[in-house]
Amino acid sequence: MELVFEIEGGDFTSAGNASSKIKKVLKQLNIDSKTIKRIVIAVYEAEVNIVAHAKKGILKASIGSHFIEVKLTDKGPGIEDVEKAMEAGFSTASKQVREMGFGAGMGLPNIKKNVDELDIISEMGKGTLVKFKNYF
Amino acid sequence: MEEGQKYHAIKVDEEKCFGCTHCMKACPTEAIRIVNGVASIRPERCVDCGNCLRACPAKAFYVEQDDLQNIFDYNYRIALFPSVLIGQFPEKYSEDQIYQAILKLGFTHIYEVEQPIRWLSEEIKKKTGRNREHPVISSFCPAVVRLIQSKYPSLAENITPLKAPHDLAANFAIEELKAKGANEGEIGIFYISPCSAKMAAVNQPLGEKKSVVNGTINMKDLYNRIMKIILKDKTEDFSPLRKNLSRDGILWSLPRGESRQFKSRAMSIDGIHNVVKFLERLENEEIAGLDYLELKSCSQGCAGGILLTGNRFLTSERLQKRALRYPSASKTEVPDVGKTIVQKKLQADKIEAKSIFVLHEDRVKALDRMQKAGKILCQLPGIDCGACGAPNCHALAEDMVQGNAKMTDCIFLQKRYIKENKLSVEKGFKSLEKVWGQKRFDADCNKKGGRNEGF
Ligand SMILES: Nc1ncnc2c1ncn2[C@@H]1O[C@H](COP(=O)(O)OP(=O)(O)O)[C@@H](O)[C@H]1O
Ligand code: SF4
Ligand code: SF4
Ligand SMILES: [Mg+2]
Repeated sequence: MELVFEIEGGDFTSAGNASSKIKKVLKQLNIDSKTIKRIVIAVYEAEVNIVAHAKKGILKASIGSHFIEVKLTDKGPGIEDVEKAMEAGFSTASKQVREMGFGAGMGLPNIKKNVDELDIISEMGKGTLVKFKNYF
Repeated sequence: MEEGQKYHAIKVDEEKCFGCTHCMKACPTEAIRIVNGVASIRPERCVDCGNCLRACPAKAFYVEQDDLQNIFDYNYRIALFPSVLIGQFPEKYSEDQIYQAILKLGFTHIYEVEQPIRWLSEEIKKKTGRNREHPVISSFCPAVVRLIQSKYPSLAENITPLKAPHDLAANFAIEELKAKGANEGEIGIFYISPCSAKMAAVNQPLGEKKSVVNGTINMKDLYNRIMKIILKDKTEDFSPLRKNLSRDGILWSLPRGESRQFKSRAMSIDGIHNVVKFLERLENEEIAGLDYLELKSCSQGCAGGILLTGNRFLTSERLQKRALRYPSASKTEVPDVGKTIVQKKLQADKIEAKSIFVLHEDRVKALDRMQKAGKILCQLPGIDCGACGAPNCHALAEDMVQGNAKMTDCIFLQKRYIKENKLSVEKGFKSLEKVWGQKRFDADCNKKGGRNEGF
């Protein structure tokens, strides 16, 4: 099954829409709540990253009987040094974004902590692809 | 009641209900369907919040209760009521006049529920450490506890494993009376409930096997009885019966009543739809740094309970004024009759999650059902009209894949099938009659509904 969401850069009011919807679906599939929590945290952080750092993006979640795969593709500035971005506390978030309570630099580390497989491919000036997979 | 079945205090009077769908739309767990022209509650989904009763224009919902005569089975007849009871009376009646009327109804002792509240807040504080990853969620409102169990299973472990104020006062009353020589078997504790949720929680406790309460009394019913016999002149002074009552106790069941006890970050949210929105976010871990979360199903907390009479804001105002007349809990001297015993009895079992929204226990089958529901949804009109007897198109699609509804239940699809010669007019009509009952299609000038009642 596939779920698709569009994510608008800068629209903090709708950050969390995709993760809420995915959560509802996973609950109906009788997936253990600890596993759901991990997935939801990862999806939420990835959603927020597009909202906070990119122009716009698309989230596609494929749900099979034993896994979920989430792909987020965005048009945006890209990530200069992915390894560095993965460090806890690293953030390029603007002051404005920080004032809204985002930009603690914990998003990517949190994603990594909560997924089974993670791939980030980024091209400066073009955009970023964040892909992760969790097994049930 | 069958083993394993969920008990509910809220019921539908099928004589009064005419299937107007208002309740079905107001229910936060989509527990209501219209069957044979009347509302039918799915027990596994209902959390006893009472929203359906509030939404009903026909007064078709009622709350089950024990007969007041049952109190006479006991020598010690304890009226146990939450402080909000006092708040709903017009200001011209004094606390003593209300107390006197309650005693006149046959009770021998009166205990307001929220005392000695410090014994409970001490226990809560013990369970609320700082810098925890997740906030502790209050176990106060049973509608919220049931909602979390069924809709937010991952948060169930955050609920404080502590009982509610009515257990506090009940155990305190028992200890006090025992100290005065009463035999436990002679003591009958009757809880005067502000809502269906508390009634259900006494009849089928959450986090314990059996409640200490011996019976529940509907607060609305009691209010009416009190109003019949209340005297307007001077009465005896019953203030000794309230010597353990404090400002903090009186405010406990109102919004912020619990969270105001905390110096750390504690929040209070009232109204079940607000609670749902907040829990959604909490579950996504979007909210950090909270220590204590007080959630109340009714707007204005128990002042808005479905069994209260009068306006919730006025009730709340009167209680706040009343609270100012009482000392704060830290300044009330509570005699130490069985404090350790009572605090021990406040400990509850962990609240278990009971997810109820799964489409099938087997994940592969559930996924299959979900995909089917998605395809069905493409065919439905998406106007959530409720004419099928389900609260919205999505709910109908889910009912279908679970074998509880069929395509022709949708009036739009019916018309389409008739036009495409796939369904006879006769069969289509029969199917509507199944949802709406046979007489539903007769003209009836006296029927309720559809009359701009909101104006
Ligand atoms: N989708 C994205 N597009 C561009 N830059 C990104 C994206 N996601 C993350 N980044 C970069 O990686 C950094 C670290 O991300 P994260 O750990 O989520 O912290 P935060 O979002 O709080 O800054 C960000 O500050 C940003 O520079
Ligand atoms: S009491 Fe609440 S949960 Fe139960 S049927 Fe009524 S509205 Fe739904
Ligand atoms: S807020 Fe109070 S009155 Fe309302 S359902 Fe919860 S316990 Fe009952
Ligand atoms: Mg981030």
